[in-house]
Amino acid sequence: MNHGLVLQVVVPLATAPLCVLVRSGRAAGWLAALVALFLLGNALWLFGEVRAAGPMAYALGGVPPPLGIEYRLDLLNALVLVVVAAVTALATWWAALASPRELPGTRLELFFAAWLLCVTGSMGLLLTADAFHVFVFLEVASLATYVLVAHGPHRSALVASFRYLLSGTVAATFILIGIGLLYAMTGTLNLHDLAERLPAVADTRTVQAGWAFLGVGLCLKAAVFPLHLWLPGAYASAPSAVSALLAGIATKIAVYLWLRLFFATFARAVPVADMPVDDVLLLAGLCGALVGSTVAVFQDEPRRLLAWSSIAQVGYMVTGLGLGSRAGLHAALAHIVNHALLKSAAFLVLGTIALRLGTGARTLRVADLAGLARRMPGLALMLLVVGLGLVGMPLTAGFLGKWLLVEALLERELWAAAAAVLVSSLLAVVYVWRLVEPMYAAAPAAPAEAAGPALGPALRWGLMLPALLLCAAAVVLGVETGFSVGVTGDAVDQLLGGGR
Amino acid sequence: MQLLQHYNHWIAVALMMLGLWVLIESRNLVKKLIGLNMLQAAVFLLFLTIGVVEGGTAPVLEAGRETYTNPLPQVLILTAIVVGVATTAVGLALVVRIHRAFGTVEEDLVDREEGA
Repeated sequence: MNHGLVLQVVVPLATAPLCVLVRSGRAAGWLAALVALFLLGNALWLFGEVRAAGPMAYALGGVPPPLGIEYRLDLLNALVLVVVAAVTALATWWAALASPRELPGTRLELFFAAWLLCVTGSMGLLLTADAFHVFVFLEVASLATYVLVAHGPHRSALVASFRYLLSGTVAATFILIGIGLLYAMTGTLNLHDLAERLPAVADTRTVQAGWAFLGVGLCLKAAVFPLHLWLPGAYASAPSAVSALLAGIATKIAVYLWLRLFFATFARAVPVADMPVDDVLLLAGLCGALVGSTVAVFQDEPRRLLAWSSIAQVGYMVTGLGLGSRAGLHAALAHIVNHALLKSAAFLVLGTIALRLGTGARTLRVADLAGLARRMPGLALMLLVVGLGLVGMPLTAGFLGKWLLVEALLERELWAAAAAVLVSSLLAVVYVWRLVEPMYAAAPAAPAEAAGPALGPALRWGLMLPALLLCAAAVVLGVETGFSVGVTGDAVDQLLGGGR
Repeated sequence: MQLLQHYNHWIAVALMMLGLWVLIESRNLVKKLIGLNMLQAAVFLLFLTIGVVEGGTAPVLEAGRETYTNPLPQVLILTAIVVGVATTAVGLALVVRIHRAFGTVEEDLVDREEGA
């Protein structure tokens, strides 16, 4: 049996308590960074295997499914696994470098233990083919996330984390109800077994209720409009590394779960005629895209601005899901890949800027970005590239996602929806302009007293590197479309065709 | 009489809605957590009710007994209870820290402090 699948989950899980035992916060950070690097390597290897040899399975403890718990890897989760592992590795590296400065006085060994638990949960979610395992890992990752967000330097992080806890736990409880109702009707928890047994009982109200609970829970986790209110607070108040990690993986995993549960498991059982789920998702997605972009325009804090931008981007993904066609799912998956890279890069850049400027516990404001292009040209350029990617400029990865989405909408002749997507893209230009214009056009603000000593050159380059790699990846994926369009297309085909 | 036979389900749903109401409506953060716990307790009740087998005994092997209640939901709920306990622990820890930082655990007062 190929143990690579389970190592992806077991290694961070086993290292989390090690971080606490190590006692030194900095050492814990480097330990976490090493683990994250291993996970990236493993993910890339697994992706290569799946691309070459087809889907792979792993039965935990050797007990065969459907009685035992199974981990399954096909092209869909292999792809998302690689993206998540890449974002995790770079964010962890950045966290190891920056956290001693950004969070002085925190017991970093506990911070990184929580970090690794979040990573464990995320990896487990991507690999599992057991419905209850989804709930368990979701909660493992979420609880760790609440703890991580609460570490933010400003006390508003505590309130944001509490609100996130309430929303997230309600979401997980709904998902549990959904899983329970499905189990009640089919007697199995294995996703593939469920896919086989559901069509027979799909018309019952129990299954429809289960489906509804599951859908609402996942939408809450993914911050789909109007269940998005927990996100801006959490992203804006959390430590920069945590925002980068969350932005890259939290909502994307929820969207991936939607793809896995609804299109693979429910695909043959979806009573589409009875329930207007497609229309609801489409509406929610478009509203999210418009509302997110609009509110982003009026934000004074760059991180809150990007958080609202994330809500808009999730809106695009959900619009793709709502279409339900191959093209729609393709757009959603491409968006998952692009947005994870772009948003994490954005938050890492902002975090680096905040550290270099020495803002300390005070939140970064747009006014702080004035004249940045002269003082920190590299960072300003990276923020510009990320901004262009978010808008969907050609040659960046963001363009492909937008293009596929508009194509999918036009294919179904939804002219108004395509227009809405274009309007929200225009709004994206406005809020990106709000970030970029002060950097390049305004005169530098008088340097305020920096909190703590200036950063040495090694640290400065070390902090810039993760964001640089993510930005480069976003541009490369935009130019070299084989990966973002080709592989995502294959993944969607496998999802819709096989359902195995 | 079908409706009355499923009284467990009715209780579970009522508790679920009550918990959600307490969660949303309360201004006190600790009360919100209580509402969360009520919601979770309702879900556990629902799950366990689903697993009941008529005429079955507790799922412990016993000589002379043929029918047992389905043990799988019980195991799942044990896990879910642990998750609920962990969530409550993290929630309460956050409430303690919020109280230390803001001096209150009433949501409207915390919001006012935050805006200040």
